[in-house]
Amino acid sequence: MTIDNYTKLGAAEISAGVRAGEITPSALVDAAFKRADDIGAGRDALNIFLHSDRDACCEEAEVVHGRLEEAADVGVLAGVPIAIKDNIASLGLPTTCGSRILKDYVSPFEATAITRLRANGAIIIAKTNMDEFAMGSSTENSAFGPTRNPHDVRLVPGGSSGGSAAAVAAGITPIALGSETGGSVRQPAAFCGVVGVKPTYGRVSRYGLVAFASSLDQIGVVGRTVDDAAIALETIAGFDKMDSTSSDADVPLYRLSALGKPAPAARDPNTEAMRIGRSPVPLPPPPSETTLKGVVIGKPKEYFPDSLDRSIADLCERALEKMRGMGATVREVSLPQSPLAIPVYYIIAPAEASSNLARFDGVRYGLRVDPGKGLRPMYDATRSEGFGPEVTRRVLLGTYVLSAGYYDAYYKKAQAVRTLIADDFRSVFASGVHAIFTPTTPTPAFPVGAISDPYEMYLNDIFTVTANLAGVPAMSVPIGRVRNLPVGGQIITPHFDEYSMFRVGYALEAALGADAHK
Amino acid sequence: MNDRYEMVVGLEVHVQLKTRTKAFCGCSTDFGAPPNVNTCPVCLALPGALPVLNEKAVELAVRAALGLGCQINPISVFARKNYFYPDLPKGYQISQFDQPLATGGHVVIGKTEDGKDVQIGITRLHMEEDAGKSIHDRYPGATAIDLNRAGVPLIEIVSEPDLRSATDAGAYLRTVKQILQYLDVSDVSMEEGSLRVDANISIRPFGQTKLGTKTEVKNMNSFSAVERALEAEYERQSQLLDSGGNVQQQTLLWDATLGTVRPSRTKEGSHDYRYFPEPDLRPLLLDPKWIHDAKENLPELPDVRKKRFVGDYSISVGEAEQLTSTPSLADYYEGVARASMDGKAAYNWVMGEVSATLRASNIDIALFRVRPADLAQLLNLVRDGAVSHTAAKRVFSLMVETGKPAAQVAADEGLSQVGDESAITTWVDEVLEEHPEEARRYLSGEKKLQGVLVGFVMKKSKGRADPKRVNQLLSARGG
Amino acid sequence: MAVTREDLLHIADLARVGVDDARVEDLTRELSSILGHMEVLSQVDTSTVPPASGVGSGGTPLRPDDRVAPLMEGTLESFAPSMRDGFFLVPRLATHEDPAESGA
Repeated sequence: MTIDNYTKLGAAEISAGVRAGEITPSALVDAAFKRADDIGAGRDALNIFLHSDRDACCEEAEVVHGRLEEAADVGVLAGVPIAIKDNIASLGLPTTCGSRILKDYVSPFEATAITRLRANGAIIIAKTNMDEFAMGSSTENSAFGPTRNPHDVRLVPGGSSGGSAAAVAAGITPIALGSETGGSVRQPAAFCGVVGVKPTYGRVSRYGLVAFASSLDQIGVVGRTVDDAAIALETIAGFDKMDSTSSDADVPLYRLSALGKPAPAARDPNTEAMRIGRSPVPLPPPPSETTLKGVVIGKPKEYFPDSLDRSIADLCERALEKMRGMGATVREVSLPQSPLAIPVYYIIAPAEASSNLARFDGVRYGLRVDPGKGLRPMYDATRSEGFGPEVTRRVLLGTYVLSAGYYDAYYKKAQAVRTLIADDFRSVFASGVHAIFTPTTPTPAFPVGAISDPYEMYLNDIFTVTANLAGVPAMSVPIGRVRNLPVGGQIITPHFDEYSMFRVGYALEAALGADAHK
Repeated sequence: MNDRYEMVVGLEVHVQLKTRTKAFCGCSTDFGAPPNVNTCPVCLALPGALPVLNEKAVELAVRAALGLGCQINPISVFARKNYFYPDLPKGYQISQFDQPLATGGHVVIGKTEDGKDVQIGITRLHMEEDAGKSIHDRYPGATAIDLNRAGVPLIEIVSEPDLRSATDAGAYLRTVKQILQYLDVSDVSMEEGSLRVDANISIRPFGQTKLGTKTEVKNMNSFSAVERALEAEYERQSQLLDSGGNVQQQTLLWDATLGTVRPSRTKEGSHDYRYFPEPDLRPLLLDPKWIHDAKENLPELPDVRKKRFVGDYSISVGEAEQLTSTPSLADYYEGVARASMDGKAAYNWVMGEVSATLRASNIDIALFRVRPADLAQLLNLVRDGAVSHTAAKRVFSLMVETGKPAAQVAADEGLSQVGDESAITTWVDEVLEEHPEEARRYLSGEKKLQGVLVGFVMKKSKGRADPKRVNQLLSARGG
Repeated sequence: MAVTREDLLHIADLARVGVDDARVEDLTRELSSILGHMEVLSQVDTSTVPPASGVGSGGTPLRPDDRVAPLMEGTLESFAPSMRDGFFLVPRLATHEDPAESGA
């Protein structure tokens, strides 16, 4: 193994190399920052990083190295450079959520997901750019300027985890954490040609994830490959006593078993488990005509409308064909309430956001703008200057749908329709379907500045938002290119069945091979 | 109260639960810490922090609800009450709204003239968290915020509009406070802010069933302030209606100094709390078996205890009522009554000497040096004639002073009653010698002087002489 | 449902977001337009449908009533905009001012 092909290495390879003494953590930090410099991750170019501290990373690399020298088990992510979306609280680097209202704010505590990554030897390289408070689908809504798509700097990387997807796509880190509320990991992963995973709601602790819409938010992972995403999710998943909505369901090993081997025995979901001490595991074997034998893939007609970009439909068809070739059965299914998902989402998410963002009031932390006329003008000025236009719009929208006289017509109604949407998934899965396959997005990446109508922007989430509303896990994997731009295919599985999702993901990735990126 | 309008009152009582830590984080609930010391990411509402519910708070809230006769809902839901205030860190209060912890209770606050219970309905009881403290007068031009209280667990007890007078309201509050004390769920101190009351009041002509427009009165800092505020607001509303005006629905603040209510400057319609289910917490599910056990294990409530005291210790209802006013007084009394097996004497002592001593020294009975067993020992000495009634009071005050047991105090101080004939004979001889005039008249047949002479002997013996023996000896002399 | 200028000012007031006069009209229109897309929901019969309630079963987990040292690095002063003697300071409110009336 050599550091020269760093931008192609997977997290498992890196970690194995570090453990074997073939690469040092310091060399990996250097390689990540060199790649960032080479590709122009800075403010004046791709604008991927919001904050990074190279010196601190070098020190951390030394610490990991020291632990290795002592023959300590440093974990499955030993020395792996990782980028983190800027709405996940980190020690040492600011956590601004892409907002003026939190400019320079450094969290005095760290998100559980980051603690688990660090405990497994990962090195946090940078905090990545994002749509302000994760409200957006293009990373144009950042108070610190838009991020550009590494495939074509004229285009958006998608959003809101655009910086994290771009960091992985640009080869700076093999893994990045993002966050999902309505597709904010999968959509940018699709636009950037990388793998994006939104776990089941409750699978990963939200402690330290700055809340946008609490009933929908979930930390997700971006990986160069399915394996990178699997190793990252395995590391951060599991119950956390600091998050009342985190699940104590067992976390199986997603990697070992993904290609058809039986899932390993459930492990005790130790609340404090850091999942260290696991030996390196072999990569899955190449796909064969039996890899997906017995797997039923549902193809929901609502996600393949006549209006869908023909080339995207064709790439999906090719992917489905590959799965058939591995023994899967493809069945037409229906998720009839899906067309209602965008209206439902854009009521529930802003409603919760209007409440979650009330804490940004200039009293205890963050920006304070005080015109010197008393408390009320301080509130108004702080929040008016601190929030960008899209955040303001959603806070107002959310306030409206919760306000007296409108609650029943909007919020309550939306929560009921949300139940119907979740029921759709339940009945499809109950009918014997193991995984649902759809396009991740209706279009490939679009140019910066191309979409100005808010609702048109919201429609970017049309295929992804249902998984958030239903709480089911979903991932986007690259399935080819349209007009030389990456396209993602989405795999959705039942609650807490990330195992099947990865199984299909690994298989599809292997079957498509280089075609996934052409 | 006038004879034209009936007062209709419902009360909202907020009570701080006696937990070591806050409702949703592990910060201390101790009173009086330096500002913002008892805070953490959760109660400071730092970005990314999340609430986790305190098990003890649930236990105490359920106990309170059961003690107030409520039904516990096996599924209750936390909700966000959204409003901006600098001492409300999240910009919302975690409370319960349309699915509260408990509903449908009642308390009995007294008897009607024809002997029926006056029962006040309790609409609901729900859990919520407290806000912090805003201090307006400490720094010029600034309000100081202390979040030590932010997140402290509370219950809100909402009564039905069943109260018909300020006196009723006072009785209701005292009853609820007493019950909560018995349940040991709260310190229920208005001074320390662990009990707060808001009142909803309307008036209507006697005989009318339709409710009048109500106002909300806040800012009362004692039960008597609640009563006075209600009287004042009743008068204000009466005058309004008498002069052909209408009552406006509004929030009023009680001004204790002026003895009046004044409108708060709140704009009508500006309270829109935008309640919705708290997505950071799943519903609170309570196992019916657990609820059942909690009900079985409730401490004895004041009413039951009162009745039992009457039966067990042969005291009057009025006496039992006095003794059960607080659980610590009742516990003390019961300890004395059991050990002395004399409920009446125990009553006399506890409500007499003990209460007077506690009042004088401002000590809580639970911390009183003379424990029930100690007092019972003194009562037993009196019963057995080993200490006279007169000496007993002196023994008691020395017990309070020294903390020594009754028998030891009596012995050390020579306060044991003396029945020994030779000692009494000596005292009688001495008295007759020292008072020759009285002695002569008595011995010559003036029998009414016997009492005077007994008094001299008692005084000489410092109360130790058994008065019965003294009388016998004197009678023998007088022939 | 069309959002009126008054609605907009009311919700901006509730949300404590200062909105420039120049923005009021645009925001009113944008919100009306977005809400117009929500109207489709009113046609769905949800009379027998319970509102969504989280993933998985089980009630909210409870924690023991044990004190935990705040899991924080550094001091409040490191991020607070204005502090004195351990208090957070904000522009003065009148005594007994209600939440809704502050500075009104």
